[in-house]
Amino acid sequence: MKSVFRSVLSLIAIAASLVVASANAQAYRAFVSNEKDNTISVIDTKTLKVIKTMKVGQRPRGIMLAKDGDWLLICTSDDNRIEVYDANTYEFIKILPSGPDPELFDLHPSGNPLYIANEDDNIVAVVDIDKGTILAEVPVGVEPEGMAVSPDGGIVVNTSETTNMAHFIDTKTNETFANILVDNRPRVAQFTTDGKLLWVSAEIGGTISIIDVEKKEVIHKITFEIPGINADAIQPVGIRINKDNTKAFVALGPANRIAVIDAKTYKVEKYILVGQRVWNLAFTPDEKLIFTTNGTSNDVTVIDVKKQRGYKSIPVGRYPWGVVISEK
Amino acid sequence: MGNLLSTTFRIFSRGRRTPVATVLATAIIVGSMLLSARISETLAADDKGVAVIPILYVEEIRETLPPLSLLDFRAKNAGIAGAQLGISDNNTTGRFLKQKFTLEQVKGAKGDDLIAKVVAKVKAGTGFIVLDASAEVVLALSEAIKDLPAVIFNAGAADQRLREADCRANVKHTAASHTMLTDALAQYLAWKQWRKVVLVSGPKPEDKRYAASLRRSLKRYGLKLLGEKEFEYKPGSRRADGGFEQVQKQIPSFTQDLPDHDVLLVADEANQFGEYFPNRTWKPRPVAGTHGLYPTTWHPASELWGATQFQNRFQRLAGRTMEPLDYAAWMAVRSIGESATRAGSGDPKTLIDYMLSDNFELAAFKGQKLTYRPWNAQIRQPIFVATPKIHVSVSPQQGFLHRVTVLDTLGIDKPETKCTAFK
Repeated sequence: MKSVFRSVLSLIAIAASLVVASANAQAYRAFVSNEKDNTISVIDTKTLKVIKTMKVGQRPRGIMLAKDGDWLLICTSDDNRIEVYDANTYEFIKILPSGPDPELFDLHPSGNPLYIANEDDNIVAVVDIDKGTILAEVPVGVEPEGMAVSPDGGIVVNTSETTNMAHFIDTKTNETFANILVDNRPRVAQFTTDGKLLWVSAEIGGTISIIDVEKKEVIHKITFEIPGINADAIQPVGIRINKDNTKAFVALGPANRIAVIDAKTYKVEKYILVGQRVWNLAFTPDEKLIFTTNGTSNDVTVIDVKKQRGYKSIPVGRYPWGVVISEK
Repeated sequence: MGNLLSTTFRIFSRGRRTPVATVLATAIIVGSMLLSARISETLAADDKGVAVIPILYVEEIRETLPPLSLLDFRAKNAGIAGAQLGISDNNTTGRFLKQKFTLEQVKGAKGDDLIAKVVAKVKAGTGFIVLDASAEVVLALSEAIKDLPAVIFNAGAADQRLREADCRANVKHTAASHTMLTDALAQYLAWKQWRKVVLVSGPKPEDKRYAASLRRSLKRYGLKLLGEKEFEYKPGSRRADGGFEQVQKQIPSFTQDLPDHDVLLVADEANQFGEYFPNRTWKPRPVAGTHGLYPTTWHPASELWGATQFQNRFQRLAGRTMEPLDYAAWMAVRSIGESATRAGSGDPKTLIDYMLSDNFELAAFKGQKLTYRPWNAQIRQPIFVATPKIHVSVSPQQGFLHRVTVLDTLGIDKPETKCTAFK
């Protein structure tokens, strides 16, 4: 009954979106974690207004959706746990266990389990999100940070900020089978949708390493140069690659820009000016817009992907950190 | 084999546990006991496959007067705890790369066999020395090992001369120099436009060195030094009951005849009187320098640039908060580790060359990569301007520019250097 109701709802949503298709963007919802405010700002991607501010646990950082967009998972780092909220009613559902100081996580493509980087413990925790139990703990390098599960679910990659490696973990055995050295302070890892390549950003190294997943080696390094900006301020963190693997967008931290990269030639095509200290970013599901989290200016920049420029800043809470956008 | 190593590492590295994790860990401990035969095989294999990189931590024991505040006594594990954290961080990476870092400690007073002990270790194959000592001992040790394949990391001496006329090709500096520190403070005062300053300095040689460095920085950043006084003190019994009644009257009268100013600077490296000045001066003015608002390479409360976990790791290991000496020792050990990782070698000569190359960069919780100045092997770094509780700012300040890196606005720059050892 519930699913029938949902189908009807989504039909209505599709119909509604057809009506507004001419008006540039569809109505999705962006969830932004505000690290210093202990809140989540929910933004309507059509009106570009904050429609809800959720109070959550301490120091929310990593944020993602589960259960087909019905659950919102948040790493509340200072509370040493993962909080689960209903993404539709914004009501608290439950707490998932994690080790100390969870920062980023990723979900197996089947929807379960969840792989969590515990930054204070050199451990990746594998958590069953239905039962709320820790299934395994995988030792990795110092200060685990970025997490990415391969599209086929076979590999989970973790980056370690002080060890400077991408650790490849076999999801069947929960053991590391490759440790690939990248540049200093690796942050975010992102697979291409075909699972062949892995992009890893290095915040202090100032580079993106492209790793051939099959060969398990770095095949290319992307560097950045912006006239008038000190090289030390170019600190790549968030990475998003579009579904057909042609374009990548990389957040450059205190350089206050998003780099637009040809994902085939690795050439940087453009730098888009956004707010200050941009850490993370997300596409809308139609890939027409990108939302960026600008930590020190307390806002989100909305980028028109086609025109490759920002066209709106939305004030959110203090120190916005992560962003995820719901289909619904 | 690799997994077995990982497992043994994990048991000792865990802090807090959830009950589930405890069960898991117990299972692993039992498992590893059963596998103890395998583990000893693994260790034996270390001798063959794993490169062992020994590091020596050397501390010169110096007689100092007790500090004014009970909070400022030197910790028993001062410095060495930072090196131990560096070793632990290096080894977590090393276990993926078949590299193992070990730490030994040598302690002694100047004039005894401290240098002989270190030379013996170097001759036995140790290539890396992390040193907390006076400038005299730094130079004596540098001379003693100058023909051996070894390098010293000066983690404890801020003396400018070690980076200038007395620089040595086998000495790198992870401690900031006095000029880096006082430039960091002067930049902040200039940014605040607190331009009129007066200076109170102590009678000890180290106080005078700090005061000289302050004078240079004031001139460099356009601040006006309107008056100076030396504060003489007779070391008494620190623990005498009371004392504040007299100090409360002494400091106002001492500062009464100074020309009007925005900031009163103190130079008290020996920690004997600087703490008397804040909140006791004739005029209500901020105090800066070695006390009050002070420049420092590390602050125990910094959570900037992802330092939270770093501070936590140190706290768990040392049982106290991290101080600049610990940080300098950690940077030295991490510099060795980073070079070994990137160069894929444990050979001292290879790593020493790598550290001075353009490829070397260290991530050290300062928001940007740190490198060594090629002309005097001083590590460049942003410097906190802080009060004892929390940082106030971080220098270089916005607006101070440099054609190579803004970090070189702190300290003696390449065109001014008197160091010739690296030419």
